[in-house]
Amino acid sequence: MRATAYWTTTYKRTWRGSVSSSFLRPVLFLAAMGLGLGSLVDRNGSLDARLGGVDYLTFLAPGLLATTTLMVASQEAMWPVNGAVRWNRAYLAMTNTPLQPRDALFGHLVYMTFRAFTVAASFVVVMLLFGAVESPLVLLAIPAAVLCGMAMAAPMAGYSVALTSDSGFASINRFVITPMSLFAGAFFPVGQLPPWIRPIAYVTPMWHGVDLCRGLALGGIGLWRALGHVAVLGAFIAAGTAVAAVRYRRVLVP
Amino acid sequence: MADPLIEARALTKRFGDFVAVAGIDVTVRPGEAFGFLGPNGAGKSSTMRMIGCTSPRSGGELRILGLDPDTHGAQIRSRLGVVPQDDTLDNELTVFDNLLIYGRYFDLSRKVARQRAEELLDFAQLSDRAKARVQTLSGGMKRRLTIARALINEPQVLLLDEPTTGLDPQARHVLWDRLYRLKQQGVTLVLTTHYMDEAEQLCDRLVVMDKGRIAAEGTPLQLIAEHSSREVVELRFAPDRNEVMADKVADLAERIEVLPDRVLLYADDGDAVAETVSQRGLRPETVLVRRSTLEDVFLRLTGRTLVD
Repeated sequence: MRATAYWTTTYKRTWRGSVSSSFLRPVLFLAAMGLGLGSLVDRNGSLDARLGGVDYLTFLAPGLLATTTLMVASQEAMWPVNGAVRWNRAYLAMTNTPLQPRDALFGHLVYMTFRAFTVAASFVVVMLLFGAVESPLVLLAIPAAVLCGMAMAAPMAGYSVALTSDSGFASINRFVITPMSLFAGAFFPVGQLPPWIRPIAYVTPMWHGVDLCRGLALGGIGLWRALGHVAVLGAFIAAGTAVAAVRYRRVLVP
Repeated sequence: MADPLIEARALTKRFGDFVAVAGIDVTVRPGEAFGFLGPNGAGKSSTMRMIGCTSPRSGGELRILGLDPDTHGAQIRSRLGVVPQDDTLDNELTVFDNLLIYGRYFDLSRKVARQRAEELLDFAQLSDRAKARVQTLSGGMKRRLTIARALINEPQVLLLDEPTTGLDPQARHVLWDRLYRLKQQGVTLVLTTHYMDEAEQLCDRLVVMDKGRIAAEGTPLQLIAEHSSREVVELRFAPDRNEVMADKVADLAERIEVLPDRVLLYADDGDAVAETVSQRGLRPETVLVRRSTLEDVFLRLTGRTLVD
C-alpha cells in the first residue's frame, strides 16, 4: 500500500512517544482502577458472579483493552484525516498522483489498523504482567480489540474527511466516545443498567468489542457468541468503509 | 503538427447552479508553455483540476495525452506533474522524505526515487537543505520543492496553478528561471496566473479567461497588438479629479480608460501624447509612458483590472 507509506513515515517521527504511552496508559489505568478501585469492589462480596466470578482487575482489564483500542483508533481517524484535507493536505497530494481517493482511504485505514494493533498488543502484555488473564485465548483478544477499534475508526474516517471545522470532534468525543466507554460494559456489566437503556449499549461497537475481548480473556465465551460479535464488528467496518469511500471521493475529486 | 497533449472542446464545470467553466476550447501542443490568464474566480483553477484529472468535467470533451480523464484518470496522472496553488508538502517531514514518499505514490522503486530526488534537489537548488524539515523553508524554497516533487515521475506535462502567487520578487525570478530551464528541456508547461508579467515571461501562447469563458487567445505579442495600442500614457490626477480631467484629454488617444486612481491613454506614440497634455496646461501629479501589457489587454476585454 503506497498510501500507507506516508503515514508510517510520519509515525517514524512520533513512535517513541506513542510506544511509551501505549504501555504507560494500561499500567496507570489497571493500577488505579483495577487494583485501587478493585480492592473496594472485591471487598464487597468478592468474586461476584455478575463480574464473571473473577476479581475486578481481571474483569476490568479486557474491557479497558477494547475501549483504549477504540479510542486510539478513533483519534487516528479524526484530526489526521481532517488535516489530510485541510492542513497538511496529504490526501490532496496523493490525488495528484495515480492514487485514487479510495487508495488514500485504504492506505490510511491500514495504518490505523497497525496503530490499533500496537496499542492492543502492548495492552495485553501489561495485562499479563498484572496477572489479569484467565485464558490463553487472550491472545485472540488482540485482533478482537483491533476489530473493535476499526469498527469505530472506519465510519469515523468518513465523517472526518468532510468536516470543515474540527468542532465536530469535540461533540463526537463528548456524546459518542466517552458515553460508550463508560456505559458499554467496560467498567461494569451492562446488566446493571436500567433495562430500557441496555439496547443502546448493545448496538454500539464498543459493547461487542468489550464482550468479545472479555470472553476471550476470561476464556468462557461460546463460539457462536464470539462469531456474532465478530460479524457485527465486521459489518461496522464494511459499512463504515463503504460510506467513507463515497465521502472521500466527493471531497477529494469534486 | 504533433498531436495535441491537451484538447478541450466546450469543456464545462458546474458546482450545483454555479458555472465555474462555461464551455472553453483549448489545445496545448508538445513543448509549449501555455497560460491561463485571468483574475481570481475566472475558472482557471477549475480548468486546471479537470486537466489534472482530480475533478470530473460536467460537460464537453477533454482528452489529455490522447486519453479520457473519466476512464483513464490514474493513467494520465501518472504522466502529469502537478504544482497545486496551495502547498501540499508535509511540514513535519524532511525535504528529502517529501520527495521520496511522493515518488512512492508513482510506484517508483526506492532506488529510483532516491536517485531522482537527489537530482531534483540539485535542480531546485535545495541540495543543502535535503535533511531540513519543510517547516524551516522559505516560501520560495517550498515552491521550488513542490516543483521538484511534481517532476519526480518525469512528467510529459507540468501543470502549475499560480506558481508564484505570494512570493517576493526575487523568489519569483529564481522560480521563473527554473521553469524556463524546464521549458528548454522540452517539458510542456501549462500554468495559470493573474500576473501579466508572469504570463509574458513564461508563456508562448495564452488564453485570457473571464467568468468561466475564454475572452481571447494568442501569443502575448499578438494579444497586445490586437487588443491594445503600442504604448500607454498613465496620468494620475488628484483624487476625484480623474473623471473630469479625462474629458479634456480624450481626443488625444485611440482609447481611454478611467480607473479609480488614474487615467490610461492608449496611443502609438506615448511621448507625443504626454507632450500635448503638458502643452494644454493640465498638471497631472504623475505621468508615465510605458509599453502596453497583457494587463491592458485584459482591461480592454473585460473592463476590469486583473488584480482587484
